[in-house]
Amino acid sequence: MRKVKNIAIIFLLAIMAWQTTDVAAINRFPKPEFESGHTQPATVTPAPRAVFMEYLDVAVLIAALSLITWFILKKRSRKGVFWMSVFAILYFGFYREGCICSIGAIQNVALALFNEGYYIPVTAILFFVIPILYTLFFGRTFCAGVCPLGALQDIIAFKPMPVKAWLEKVLGIIPYIYLGLAVLYAATGTDFIICRYDPFVGFYRLDASFFMFVIGALFLLIGVFIARPYCRFLCPYGVILGLVSRFSFKHMTITPAECINCKLCEKSCPYGAINMPVPEKEKEKTEVLVKRYILLGILVPVLVFAGGLLLSSFHENLAMVNSKVKLASEILNNTNYGVVGREAIEITAFKSTGQSVEELYSEAANIVDQFYMGSWFLGGFIGLVFGLTLIGLTVFKFHTDYSPNKATCHSCARCMGYCPVKPEKK
Amino acid sequence: MGTEEHKDKMSRRDFLRKSMRLTILLGVGGLAGSLLSKSMAGKMVWQIDTKKCTQCGRCTTECIKKPSAVKCFHAYDMCGYCDLCGGYFRPGVKDLTTAAENQLCPTSAITRKFIEEPFFEYDIDADLCIGCGKCVKGCGAFGNGSLQLQIDQSICDNCNECAITRACPSQAISRVESTEPYLMLGLRDDITWKNKS
Repeated sequence: MRKVKNIAIIFLLAIMAWQTTDVAAINRFPKPEFESGHTQPATVTPAPRAVFMEYLDVAVLIAALSLITWFILKKRSRKGVFWMSVFAILYFGFYREGCICSIGAIQNVALALFNEGYYIPVTAILFFVIPILYTLFFGRTFCAGVCPLGALQDIIAFKPMPVKAWLEKVLGIIPYIYLGLAVLYAATGTDFIICRYDPFVGFYRLDASFFMFVIGALFLLIGVFIARPYCRFLCPYGVILGLVSRFSFKHMTITPAECINCKLCEKSCPYGAINMPVPEKEKEKTEVLVKRYILLGILVPVLVFAGGLLLSSFHENLAMVNSKVKLASEILNNTNYGVVGREAIEITAFKSTGQSVEELYSEAANIVDQFYMGSWFLGGFIGLVFGLTLIGLTVFKFHTDYSPNKATCHSCARCMGYCPVKPEKK
Repeated sequence: MGTEEHKDKMSRRDFLRKSMRLTILLGVGGLAGSLLSKSMAGKMVWQIDTKKCTQCGRCTTECIKKPSAVKCFHAYDMCGYCDLCGGYFRPGVKDLTTAAENQLCPTSAITRKFIEEPFFEYDIDADLCIGCGKCVKGCGAFGNGSLQLQIDQSICDNCNECAITRACPSQAISRVESTEPYLMLGLRDDITWKNKS
């Protein structure tokens, strides 16, 4: 009998426990039962953009890439590239408001690689991979007029001026650093800095913070005189495409047949991406060469180590961008986010979560550790880039013809119009 | 001899180029493959967890959309249809009229409609709502919490990284599957709203 009673009590308790989970659902003020027969309206919840539309974007990307590649390699038509640029500005720019974009997809990929809990959308993978594949086969046709950022800058490059070679080399290191930082911040789940500091997305959305609007306007203004400043001196995706394009299977050429060294195309490139013919250099003494390469061989590992050491000593500063680390530091130092007179919103919100301060500290310490490792890698990477740039400067590149520099050529097809050579009749 | 050497050099360079090409192809393929294994074919959208939201007001300013894609949603099922609505009236209001000075909403986006004594229905004009959450705070403090902040999925651009997420002090915004894009209470049939009685 007692057993039955016990079971009954347990059963009752179970029901009550089940009830308490529903406590939040009990209203303070009961919902009225209307005598006038009023029917309660339904809550409207507008649906998100359909999934198939995301795949439509991928289809448009592939179609646009195929078309522009055909324009550049087969038709050798600058006009075609121009109209494709206009299309990219309208579709990927104004219609899709600069999102989804291949440049930003770097961060999704980095986050997915380093973070187990993150599920990357298939479209982000495709937007990352497809332009790389096209570049591997046909050069940077994506940059030419499919990327909405590149297309916009390409169109406004009215009065391009040449940039001094040394300046181009020095500024050319910035994209590598930007890429490294973007991967570090994305991999630690801190921030997507490429998206946050995208100078043109505000233009496409017709809406930006004042700071980003000024940056975007500056880029456009500079872009009139120095063609594609973002692509050449900042774009992290351009780094990847530039490296891949060096090994491209079928890159565009300036001349449709044999170069006659007429020099007409010499100044046609707004990006300084044409390799000029160079007179054969007198061969250097073997001892000098050997000595130089031994020196560089020592210098590169030293640069890698020095870079890692230098940046890792700043890992705490880098980690401060992370909101959790920032919160932990504010609580630890009792600085209240510099807010005087009341408690900072972040701290109030943290207290309402019921998480203990110790838990927060250990989480933050974990993230700082990740930043320590990451900053070693990033510093080493930057050191390596410096070293390889130095080696690249010492290597003598011999050219007999005018040809596009596969790494820096954006395949805009401007130079083709200057070439007087007619294609050979088959 | 010289020409032969030259030819040899070119073929070596070609070989290197070809092997690099293959390496890149395999590398990209491997990367894509490994990513695809942990990807999802469906779509993820950003949404606010109403249980975590503290109505700090940053949704109004941090969203890349102006006005914000965050709107106040009304779960009518949870509403008490109160005369003195904590979400509609300023605290300490003198008389319960629709006069502008009595309203809590800075854009007057809530309309108050008389149904029958003593019940009033409150509707939100999504075009006017800026997602500041003042009404949500008021309703949650005094009423049933039927007013809730949610991201309107027809407005949201579904950014790569939601700009509000970075500024949200409560980490209330996360990715949810697009098949069930709203996290507010009082929407789903499996949670039935009981009266106190």
